[in-house]
Amino acid sequence: MSAPTPKTTPEVGGMGHSIKRKEDPRFLRGRGNYVDDIQLPGMLHMDIARSPYAHAKIKKIDTEKAMKVPGVLAVITGATLEQYKLHWMPTLMSDTQMVLPTDRVMYQAQEVAAVIATDRYAAADGAAAVEVEYEPLPVVVDPFKALEPGAPVLRTDKPGKKDNRIWHWEAGDRAATEKAFREADVVVKEQIYIPRIHVASIETCGCVADFDRVTGKLTVFMTTQAPHAIRTVFALVAGHVGLSEEKIRIVSPDIGGGFGGKVPVYPGYVIAVAASVVIGKPVKWVEDRMENLQADSFARDYHMTAELAAKKDGTMTAVRIKTLADHGYADAAANPSKFPAGLFSICTGSYDLKNAFCEVDGVYTNKPPGGVAYRCSFRVTEAVHAIERITDRLAQELKMDPAALRMKNFIPKEKFPYHSALGWEYDSGDYPAALKKAMDLIGYDALRKEQVEKRAKGELMGIGISSFTEIVGAGPSKHFDILGIKMFDSCELRVHPTGKAIARFGTKSQGQGHETTYAQIIAEELGIPAAHVQVEEGDTDTAPYGLGTYASRSTPTAGAAGAIAARKVRDKAKKIAAHLLEVSEDDLVWEPGKFSVKGAPQKAKTIQEIALAAYTNHPQGMEAGLEAVDYYDPPNLTFPFGSYICVVDIDRGTGEVKIRRFVAVDDCGNIINPMIVDGQIHGGLTMGMAPALLEEISYDEQGNNQAGSFMDYLVPTAMETPSWETAKTTTPSPHHPFGAKGVGESATVGAPPAIVNAVVDALAHLGVKHLDIPITPEKVWRILKEKGVAE
Amino acid sequence: MAMHRIRVKVNGAAHESEVESRLLLVHYLREMLRLTGTHIGCDTTHCGACTVLLDGRPVKSCTVLAVQADGRDVMTVEGLEKDGKLDPIQEGFFQEHGLQCGYCTPGMMMTSHALLQRNPNPSEGEIRQAISGNLCRCTGYVNIVKSVQHAAAAARSRS
Repeated sequence: MSAPTPKTTPEVGGMGHSIKRKEDPRFLRGRGNYVDDIQLPGMLHMDIARSPYAHAKIKKIDTEKAMKVPGVLAVITGATLEQYKLHWMPTLMSDTQMVLPTDRVMYQAQEVAAVIATDRYAAADGAAAVEVEYEPLPVVVDPFKALEPGAPVLRTDKPGKKDNRIWHWEAGDRAATEKAFREADVVVKEQIYIPRIHVASIETCGCVADFDRVTGKLTVFMTTQAPHAIRTVFALVAGHVGLSEEKIRIVSPDIGGGFGGKVPVYPGYVIAVAASVVIGKPVKWVEDRMENLQADSFARDYHMTAELAAKKDGTMTAVRIKTLADHGYADAAANPSKFPAGLFSICTGSYDLKNAFCEVDGVYTNKPPGGVAYRCSFRVTEAVHAIERITDRLAQELKMDPAALRMKNFIPKEKFPYHSALGWEYDSGDYPAALKKAMDLIGYDALRKEQVEKRAKGELMGIGISSFTEIVGAGPSKHFDILGIKMFDSCELRVHPTGKAIARFGTKSQGQGHETTYAQIIAEELGIPAAHVQVEEGDTDTAPYGLGTYASRSTPTAGAAGAIAARKVRDKAKKIAAHLLEVSEDDLVWEPGKFSVKGAPQKAKTIQEIALAAYTNHPQGMEAGLEAVDYYDPPNLTFPFGSYICVVDIDRGTGEVKIRRFVAVDDCGNIINPMIVDGQIHGGLTMGMAPALLEEISYDEQGNNQAGSFMDYLVPTAMETPSWETAKTTTPSPHHPFGAKGVGESATVGAPPAIVNAVVDALAHLGVKHLDIPITPEKVWRILKEKGVAE
Repeated sequence: MAMHRIRVKVNGAAHESEVESRLLLVHYLREMLRLTGTHIGCDTTHCGACTVLLDGRPVKSCTVLAVQADGRDVMTVEGLEKDGKLDPIQEGFFQEHGLQCGYCTPGMMMTSHALLQRNPNPSEGEIRQAISGNLCRCTGYVNIVKSVQHAAAAARSRS
C-alpha cells in the first residue's frame, strides 16, 4: 500500500526519487526550442484565409488583390492542391477531410486559401486580401436535428450517403441488461451533456516545412505528439507526388503542451509542406489563438442518456448508456482504429456491475472535425462522468450516503484481475482503500455534520465524490492500432565506453518530463546515474519507431520498453562481468550498478567497468558494444484509479461556486518521480475543473463559434484554481515491467464529476438532481432565483 | 509602411533598429533580436506568455508596439541570469517544479520577478492575483505559487 523505499541512492536517482528535471535549465533561461523559435535561411511565412460561414458554396476565389500585396509570393487554393490530388486527406478514423476546399466550406473558420509571403505580416495582409464569394447553405448545428428525416445531408462528397450518421457502435449484452433493468427495484436516469471543449495548450500548432530540392528530403519541424506516425501518414498520403518515407524527417522539438490537440494532422501542416515542395524554400506556419480555438480539433461533445439499475439496498445491477457523439463535418477523432468511441466501454467504472450495455452514434454537423482527447485516454472522461454522476443520482434516490453507496458496490480487491461486463480485464485495484484515505484526509464525517448545520442557516455547501477507474497505456497489438500500425512503443539504449548512456524513445514529451523520468528508469535498471543518461525523442531520423505520447501511454509502453532494453543490456553486461571476474554467470548477483560474486562481494564489477570492457576487453566471440532495442507490446492496458472529494461553497448572491477544498487520492502504481507525478496531478485537476466550471465551445444557430478567443474561452487562472491536496495509494500493475500505470490524465478524468456532485449536493435539498457542465455562476444563480434562495 | 528608427535597451544592451510602425514588441524581440525566450500564446493579451518588463513593469509584449519601447528599458527572460547565476525566481521555479512544458514559464517568471521587486514578501493571495494574467495549462499553479514563495524566501535570506 505505501510507496516502496527507493532501491537506488539519490545520486543514482532511480525510481521513487524526486530528482530535479533535466529539461528545466534550458526552459528557465528562455533557451527552449519550440517550433516558432525555428528560423531557417530563406524561410517564408504562411497565413490562412478562413471561412466566415459554417456551410456555404464557394462561387469564386479571387486571389488577384492578395498577389499584389508587397511580399506575397503565392496564394494556394483547393484548385492548386487538386492538381496534385492533395485537396482531400484521410483522417485517422478512415474518414476524409478537406485540406483546402474546391467548392464548399463545412464549418466556420475552415481553411479556404493559404498565402505564402516573405514575412508574417505580409502573409497576414495577403490572407486578408483574398476575396471569396460564398453562397450560404442551410447549417446543421444540433446533432439530434442532424439525424431527423429531411435534414440536409452534409457529406454529399460521399457517393450514396443519405443521412448524417457516421457510425453506430455498441458494447455489452443488450438483452441481459434490459432484463436486469426490468427486474430492478429502482432505476435512475439522467440526460448528461458534456460540451465541446478545447485543449488550448498555451503554444498553438504550427510547423516549419523544409523541402530540399537537391536531395529530395523533406524535413518538417512540427508541433506533433506522434512524429513517427505522422511521417508514415505523410508518406502514404503524398507518396503519389514523390514523397518517400526514407526522405521524410519529422522533428518534434520542444512542445508547449499537447493534451491530445497535437495528435491530428491539420490542413495547415499539409499546405505548408505542399508549399515548401512547390517553392523549394522553408515555409513556416504558426496558427494564432483564434484559429487554434475555432478550427483545431475539439474534445468531448457527447450527449449521453445514462441509466442505472439497483436493488433497494443499493446494490447496483446494471448500467445502460446511449450516446450521440457530435464529430463535426468529419470524424477526425484520434482513437485507435477499431474503437470509434474510444474506450467509452470503461463506463462500468469502479463498480461490480454484472450487466452493462452502451451504444454510441457518431453524427456529422457543420462544426470543425474531431474529436481528440483533452488530457484523457480516448473518451474515458465521458465514461467516468456518466457513471460517477448517475451513481450520485442513485444515492440521492435511495437517500444513501454517496460514499457508502460506492463502498457497497466497489469491485472487491480480491476480485482482481477483474473481467468487466463490457469486456475489459482490470489489472489491479484497491478502490475502498483510496476512498477511505480521501475521506480520512478531508474529514468526511465532520464535513457532513457541518453541512447539516450550514443548511439549517440557509448556507449552501456541498461535498462531492468521484471514485474513478481509468484505462490507459494503449495498447496491446491484438486490439490496438492506428491505421494498421500496432500501438507498441520503443526504446533504443546505448551505453558508452565511459559508462554513460543515450536512450532514444518513440514517444514525445510535451511537458511530462520524459528526459528526467526515462533516465530514472534506466538508472533503476542499470545503476547508471540518471544524470548520465541522455534521453532523446521526437526526431524520426534518430529515434526508434513509436506511436507517440497521448492517452497516458508513455510510461506504460515506452517506459516499459526502456526497462526491458536496460534488462537486455544487463543480460549482456552479466556475460561480460563473468568474463572479467572469471566466474560463471550463475555465480553472479546483481545489485543496482554492479555484479558481484556470490559469497565474495568484494569481487565485483561496476556497470561502468563492464561498459568499458564492452568496447575494450569483451569476450572472444561476443559482439562489441553495449546496447539494446526493445519494441514493447503491452500484454494489457493499465487501470489507474483514485478517489477525489471536493467541498464547495456557493455564493447565494452571485451563484459562484467556490472550491473550498479538494483532496485527490491517486493510485498510479509504482511511481518514478513523486515530484513530477504530483505536478501532473495538479495540472490534471485544473484541467478537470476547467470544463466543470468554466470552459465551453458553443455555436449559435448559424454555426458561429461563441468562444473563439481567450476573451470567451475561459482557461482557469490562478485565481479560480484552488490549492489542490494530493495523496497516494500504491497498487502496482502486475503486468508492467516496473509496476507503473500512467498518471498524466487521471485527474482530468476524475475531477469533473467530483465537482458536479459537490454542487448538486449543495443544492439537493432544493430538489436539484443534475447540472450539466460548465456550472457557470449564471446557471447556478438562475436555479437559486427559481428556488427563491438567491440573495 | 512607414519605418522608424528606435533605440531600445534590452537586457542592458543597447539596440538601434529600423522598424515598421505596426511591428509588435514581441516580434521585434523574437525575430529581429532573436531573443526567442519570450513566447506568444494568444492574440488578446490574456495568456501572458509574452510578458516582458518595460522599465521594470510587466507588459504583454504582443500588445505593445516596438516603437513604444523607443528610449526605454526592456528586460526579457534572457536577462534574468546574472554572471552565470540564476535569479532567485529561476531557482525557485527549478526547486519547486514550477514548470512543465516551459512555454508559459518565461512570462510567468517575469511577472513574478516584478511582483517580488515591489513586494518582497507576498501572501499566497497576492501571488495568485499577480500571476492571474498569466495562463498555465500544465501545473495547476500550485507549484508556481510555491516557486514564487521560494524565491521570496531566498531573496529575504540573501538581503
